[in-house]
Amino acid sequence: MKFLAEEFDIAVIGAGHAGIEAGLAAARLGCKTGVFTINMDAVGNCPCNPSIGGTAKGHLVREIDALGGEMGKAADDCFLQSRMLNKGKGPAVHSLRAQIDRRAYSARMKHTLELQKNLELRQAEITELEKDSDGMWVLTTRLEAQYRSKAVILATGTYLGGKIYVGEVSYESGPDGMFPAKYLPDSLEKMGMSIRRFKTGTPARVLRSSIDFSELEEQSGDDPIVPFSYDTTDPGENKVKCYVSWTNENTKKVILDNISRSPMYSGKIEGIGPRYCPSIEDKIVRFSDKPRHQLFIEPCGLDTEEMYIQGMSSSLPEDVQLDFYHTIKGLEHCTVMRPAYAIEYYCADPVQMNRTLEFREFPGLYGAGQFNGSSGYEEAAAQGLVAGVNAALKIQGKEPMILDRASSYIGTLVDDLVTKGCNDPYRMMTSRSEYRLILRQDNADVRLTPTGRRIGLIGDDRWDRFQGKLERINNELERVRTTVISPSEEINSILRERNTSEIKTGVRLADLIKRPELNYEVLTTVDKTRNETDRNVLEQVEIEIKYEGYIKRQLIIIDQVRRLESKLLPDDIDYSTIDGLRLEAREKLNKVRPESIGQASRISGVSPADISVLIIYLSAMKNR
Amino acid sequence: MENTIAAISTPNGVGGMGVIRISGENALEVAERVFQSVSDKRITEMKGYTASFGKIIDDGEIIDEAVALVFRAPMSYTGEDVVELSCHGGMYITRRVLRAVLSHGADPAGAGEFTKRAFLNGKLGLTEAESVMDIISASGSQSARAALSTMEGRLRKRIDSVRDELLTLAAHLAAWADYPEDEIPEIDEDELREGLEKCRKELSALLSTYDAGKIMREGVDTVIAGRPNVGKSTLMNLLAGCERSIVTDIPGTTRDIIEETVMLGNVPLRLSDTAGLRSTDDIVESIGVQRAKDRLQSAGLVFAVFDASTPLDNEDIELIEMLRSAPAVAVINKSDLEAKIDDDYIKSRMSHVVCISAKNDSDTAALERAVAEIAGTSELDPSQGILANERQYNDALKALSSVEEALSALAMGITFDAVTIVIEDAINCLLELTGERVTEAVVDKVFSSFCVGK
Repeated sequence: MKFLAEEFDIAVIGAGHAGIEAGLAAARLGCKTGVFTINMDAVGNCPCNPSIGGTAKGHLVREIDALGGEMGKAADDCFLQSRMLNKGKGPAVHSLRAQIDRRAYSARMKHTLELQKNLELRQAEITELEKDSDGMWVLTTRLEAQYRSKAVILATGTYLGGKIYVGEVSYESGPDGMFPAKYLPDSLEKMGMSIRRFKTGTPARVLRSSIDFSELEEQSGDDPIVPFSYDTTDPGENKVKCYVSWTNENTKKVILDNISRSPMYSGKIEGIGPRYCPSIEDKIVRFSDKPRHQLFIEPCGLDTEEMYIQGMSSSLPEDVQLDFYHTIKGLEHCTVMRPAYAIEYYCADPVQMNRTLEFREFPGLYGAGQFNGSSGYEEAAAQGLVAGVNAALKIQGKEPMILDRASSYIGTLVDDLVTKGCNDPYRMMTSRSEYRLILRQDNADVRLTPTGRRIGLIGDDRWDRFQGKLERINNELERVRTTVISPSEEINSILRERNTSEIKTGVRLADLIKRPELNYEVLTTVDKTRNETDRNVLEQVEIEIKYEGYIKRQLIIIDQVRRLESKLLPDDIDYSTIDGLRLEAREKLNKVRPESIGQASRISGVSPADISVLIIYLSAMKNR
Repeated sequence: MENTIAAISTPNGVGGMGVIRISGENALEVAERVFQSVSDKRITEMKGYTASFGKIIDDGEIIDEAVALVFRAPMSYTGEDVVELSCHGGMYITRRVLRAVLSHGADPAGAGEFTKRAFLNGKLGLTEAESVMDIISASGSQSARAALSTMEGRLRKRIDSVRDELLTLAAHLAAWADYPEDEIPEIDEDELREGLEKCRKELSALLSTYDAGKIMREGVDTVIAGRPNVGKSTLMNLLAGCERSIVTDIPGTTRDIIEETVMLGNVPLRLSDTAGLRSTDDIVESIGVQRAKDRLQSAGLVFAVFDASTPLDNEDIELIEMLRSAPAVAVINKSDLEAKIDDDYIKSRMSHVVCISAKNDSDTAALERAVAEIAGTSELDPSQGILANERQYNDALKALSSVEEALSALAMGITFDAVTIVIEDAINCLLELTGERVTEAVVDKVFSSFCVGK
C-alpha cells in the first residue's frame, strides 16, 4: 500500500558521482535533501576505471573543488598513485589524474553523505515520478513508499533501463551486477519525456597473482604530488604502480575470427556507444592497419587483488575474452575475475534542458550525468553540482548559477550538452574548450572560488586563504614587472648557458621570465628581491607572464563572445514565425530554445545571417 | 559598445566621389590614423557636423585627397561616432582608402550593418527596421547564393585545402594533448613548421590575387586623355567595337561620365572620355580642365593618346608629367602615318607604351598586354580561384596573420598549447567563410584520424 513517507525540498535519484555532488550541494545550501540509491553499497561506485581525473577531466575536478564540491577532496583521500599528465606540452593541457582505491572512495563518499546535515540517504528503487495537483513532485519506490519534493534531480547513470551484453548473452541489469531501474523509464515516458538508448562498456578485472609482471613496463606516480583539492595541504604519497602492455597480431586474429559474435556487430545493441572510448574490437576493426594497441594494468585498491585492464573493454562472449586476454604479454595465464561487458541504458536528450540543467518542459526537474548523455565520473559530478546548486537556488528564489564557456570547463560541458546535444556519450576534452589557455587546471580556484563563495559553498577559512593567495599573486606580478635586472657576468652566464641572448642594458625581470629558455627557477640567484616561495603563487605568475600575449588574444575573443551572450532571448519566442530565418534555423532554434544570441550562434544549422535577423528581431520586440 | 566598422557607402562604379563610412566607438581614432588634415586639425578633436580637408595616408604613401566629415554620437546615421571620408572616387582609390581604414582598426561592415546599428541605437523606427530585416534576410540568401557560386569553384577548393591542412595539424595537436596514453604519434616540429609554411604560402598567394581579381570582376575606371584630335574617340570606338558582343552594362554607371564598358582581354574597362587638356584663361573652362586633371589622378587606368604624326607639344608633355606615377598606358596613335613624334621621350617617362593605328583597326593585343600588366591580371589565372570580396579578403588576411604568429611561436619555442590556439584562430577565420565551427571540426577530425580511447 502506498504511503507518504517524507517530504523533501530536493530529491536526488541516484547516488553515483552526479547524485553525490547534487545531494551535497543542495543540502549544504540548506535544502532538505533526499538521496535515493538502488543499493547502499553502490554509493560513489566506480564501475569502470579505478581513477579520477585525466585530460580535461582533471580540470573538471579542480573546478568542482573551487566551487565547493566533494570529488577532489575524496580523490585526494583515496588516491593510490597520482600523475600530472602532459607535462611539457604546455600549461593549458596539464591534467591531473589519480588512481584511486575504488572501495575506499565509495565508502568515503557514503560516509560523507551520511554525515551531511540536511541530507538523508535512502536505499530504494524509484519506480514512478509524477507531479501532484499542488505542483509537488511525487516519487514512488518499489516498496510503495512515497516522497514529495519541490525539485527532483535525475542522476540515474547506467541503471535506467540498464541491460548488459556479453556476446550472445544479455540481461536486464545495472552496473556491477546491481539491479537496474526497471520501471522508471516508463514513468518518464508517460510524463511526456523523450528518452533514448546509449551504451558504454568496461574491460575485465583480473587477479593480480595470475599476471606475470616480469616483462611489463612499470608506471610510477609523480614526485612531488599535486593534490586535486585546494584544501588539501598534505598530498600524501604514491602507494602503487601501474603496468603497460600491448595487444599483438594474435589478439587481433582472435577478435576478428569471432567478431560476428559481438552484439555490436550482430546488431543486438541498439544503443549508441562512445566514439572516444571504443571497445577493443572496435579499435581493431576501425584501425585495422595498426599492428598493436597499448593497454594499462591498474590496481583497483589496496585490499583487493583485482586489476583493471584499461584499453580493453569488450562485449565479446566470455570464452572469446579469455582467449584474447591470454594472447597479451603478462596476461598469458591470467584469471579473469569479472568479465568485460557492454551496458545499454536510457538517457535524455540534453537540449531539452536549459543551462541550469532544468528541463524546460518540466519545471523543477533536473538531469545530471549519464542521464544527460555524458560519460565519465567527472563529467557526471560537474553536472550534479550544477543541477544541485541550481535546484537549491531556485527553491530559495535566488539567481541561478550559470557558468558560461569562458568561465570554465564545467560551463563548456553544460553549454555543449544543452546547445548542441550529443549523438554519442559525451566526454570532456581540452580541445572542446576554445579558451583553454585561460581555463587551466592550475587556476581553477582563481576562476571559480568567487562563484563558489557567492553561492554559499565556500566557507570563511577557504575564502580568506584564497584572498591571500590572490593578493600575493598580484604583488609578485607587480614586482617582476617593475624589477630591473642589470647586466652582469652572473646573469649573462646564466643566459649563455640557456642559449639565449645576453643583456647589455637593464631588463625587466618579467621580460626575462617571458623568454621560453628561462623560468623562475633558473633566475633565482639573480633575483635578489624575491620573497615569495609558494609554488602555487609562482606558478600563476610565471604562466601569466610567459603566455601574456596568447592570454590577451583569448581575452579579446572572450570579450567579443560575451557581448553576444548578454543579448538574452525571451523563452516565449516562436521562431517559426520569424520570416527572415531559414527553415533549418527555425527548427533548430525551436528545439534548443537558446537563452542568448551567443548560445544561438553555436547551434549547428544557425548561420551568421540568421543571427543578424535574430538580433534585429530582438530589438524590434523590445521597442514594441 | 560595438566594434568599429567601415565600408564604402557609395555605389560601385559611380564616378566623381567615393565615400568611406566609419562607424563605432573608435571611428574618430581610426580615421585620424589614415587622415592628415591640411590645417593639422586632429579628427578626434573635431566637433560633430564639421569637415576638414586633407590627405589619406597609408604606410607613408599619399593615396588621395579627401574631405573628412565628423558626426558625433548620437547625432549620426548610426547613432554612433561616425566619420565619412569623401575621396575622389574611382573604384581603385576608394578600395585602397577602405583597405587603409580596415588595416588601422576597423572591421568590414556586414550587409546592412550601418542600418542595423541605426535601428539598434533608436535612429530608425519599427517599420523601417522591419524593412531592414527584409533586406538583410534577402541579402543573406542572395549573398549565400553568390558566395556559393564563388565558393563552389576553385576558391573554395583552395581555402578548403588550407583549412584541411590546418585542421590536420590542430587535430594531431589535440589528440596528442587529449590522449597522452594512446599511441598518438609525437608532434614533429619540422612537420608542423612545414605544414604551417605551406599554409602561409598558399594564403599569401591567395591574398596577392585579390586586387587583380577585383579588377577582373568589377572592372577598372579608365580615362582616355590627350590633346584634341589625337584619336581618342577613334580609340574608344576601336575598343568598343572589337568586343561589342560582350559589352556589359554595369548598373549604377552614370552614362554621361562612363560612356562604355568594354572587355579588353579579361579586364572590363569602364571607359570615359575627358575634356581636352589645354591651358585656358576661361574660368569656367579651367574648372572643367581642373576636373579632368583630378579625374586623371583618381582613375584606375589612363590611356594617354598621342599623335605619331606630330611632334610632342607642351600639352603632351604636361600630360606625360601628370601621369608619371599613375597607372597609365601611352597610346601612340596613327602609327600608319609618317612618325614625327619623339617616342623615346615618352618611353623614358612612361613604362607602358603601345603603338597602334586606331583608324585602321589594328590589333589591340599590345594594348591588352599592357593593361593586363598594369592591372596585375597577366599572371592571374582566375580558374585557380580568387578572393571575391573585402570580407573574404579580410578573413584570409587574419588567417594569414595567425599562421604567421603560429610560426613565430614555434620559432621562439613556445609550448604547443599556445601554438594550437593560434592555429585554431586561423582555422576560425577560414571557417567563417564556410560557416562551420572550429572545435566541432577538430573533434570530428580527431575521431576519424586517430585511434583513441581507454
